[in-house]
Amino acid sequence: MEQLLIDYKQILSDYVVNRKEETLYNGQNYVRQLIQKNVAPEDVINIHRKAVEEIYTELPDSLSHAYDFLIEVMVQYGMKTREHQSLLIQKEELRIEMEIAARIQNILLNTTVPKIDQLDIGMISEPIRKMNGDYVHFLFDEEEDYLSIAVADVVGKGVPAALCMSMLKNGLETLEYGNNDPSYILQVLNRIIEKSVDDGMFVSSFYGRYDVNSSILTYGSAGHEPALYFNSKENAFCDLECKGLLLGVMPEVKYSQSNIRLEENDFIMIVTDGVTELRDCDVIDSRNLLKEIAFSIRHLPAQEMCEKIYLELQRLQDYNLEDDFTIVILKK
Amino acid sequence: MKSLLEITINTESDIIAARQIARETSNTIGFDKVDQARIVTAISEIAKNIIMYALVGVITIEILEKDNKKGISIRAIDRGPGIVDIKSVLDESNLKGLGAGLPGVRRLMDSLEIESDVGKGTRVYMEKWLR
Ligand SMILES: Nc1ncnc2c1ncn2[C@@H]1O[C@H](COP(=O)(O)OP(=O)(O)OP(=O)(O)O)[C@@H](O)[C@H]1O
Ligand SMILES: [Mg+2]
Repeated sequence: MEQLLIDYKQILSDYVVNRKEETLYNGQNYVRQLIQKNVAPEDVINIHRKAVEEIYTELPDSLSHAYDFLIEVMVQYGMKTREHQSLLIQKEELRIEMEIAARIQNILLNTTVPKIDQLDIGMISEPIRKMNGDYVHFLFDEEEDYLSIAVADVVGKGVPAALCMSMLKNGLETLEYGNNDPSYILQVLNRIIEKSVDDGMFVSSFYGRYDVNSSILTYGSAGHEPALYFNSKENAFCDLECKGLLLGVMPEVKYSQSNIRLEENDFIMIVTDGVTELRDCDVIDSRNLLKEIAFSIRHLPAQEMCEKIYLELQRLQDYNLEDDFTIVILKK
Repeated sequence: MKSLLEITINTESDIIAARQIARETSNTIGFDKVDQARIVTAISEIAKNIIMYALVGVITIEILEKDNKKGISIRAIDRGPGIVDIKSVLDESNLKGLGAGLPGVRRLMDSLEIESDVGKGTRVYMEKWLR
């Protein structure tokens, strides 16, 4: 501290006499010493006070008291800002970890859309934050000519949701043979999620199995909102209602399944609630809006339809969607 | 000779009284202005915590002498709700320990110890020695 005071006094007394830029520059370099020695703000004030008192011997007492006051304030200020800084540092560390986790999630939960001659498949899945709480899984069993589609939405956000998704994916991967019944798959997934995930973490899921040869989609739902079916002959939509409890609520849940046969130009739209729970818009209105948009572009390829719908809804919501957004379109 | 000063902390003016006594005592011991300010700020934070979380408590200020060295100790005792997770309130890097109080106090003093029985009260003890 002694040397610091001597150096400071030197620089300060130079400055009050010459007021040169060079001296100010020296002052800035002096800061390096302060940082190296980890000098607290109140000590810096004290150094200044002592230097001033040594340079001007007959200072009024009141000025000295004013410095006392400043030191007092700086002790408190230094204490509170240091806490603020440590929070900022922590926030930055968390941000970096989050980024890494998001990157890993992207690799782990990367979905590839299979290419099949008999069915046009489109998909869009856009996370609202870094981690996507929606997940789409396809499996095409070429030997059996079955295509499986799972669309899942974790109730919950961020890292826990992403971890839960990874489990679901593992479940799907170990389980899946293209010709398994959707009701059976949902039952097993429910068991996996119920056993291994924290209470309060639920997943809604649509699961479908499409028989390429017969054009029949067999589907089941675990608390997922109904998929939309467009019947091109009748030019009308209908909901593919299918009851079933969310995955992870209770052990040993049974799920039902239904069939629907796709005709030429029919399509099925499977969405997550980010698509139908729009701001200032109830679910029915949102679903009607979705139907309208889809209807107007029904002649486009499935992938383009997904992208157009996303853009259009984004525009209507002032580019401020509030949830993870996923649409899968299966079009014959 | 042992000099013990006891202050009951119950209202905001008690905080000011405690500060005043801490300042005078640390001045007598020979702490410079900056360290006086640190000691006073520390006692102030501890006293504020008593009022906020325990409502009432007692702070004892003592002059320490050991091996020709002098110092000050401050002890705060209350019968309030206690602190459940002492480690996390002392941990600056803990997001839950939102307060700057206790980690800050630890930096201002040479040592800070906290003992607490949940439901029974909290004891805080801190020292600072003259260099
Ligand atoms: N005497 C006490 N009795 C019970 N709980 C206490 C006591 N002192 C502190 N605590 C608990 O420890 C926590 C941390 O205290 P600290 O003084 O560090 O921060 P704060 O009081 O929350 O915020 P700040 O002091 O920055 O205004 C408090 O939120 C409180 O829960
Ligand atoms: Mg406090």
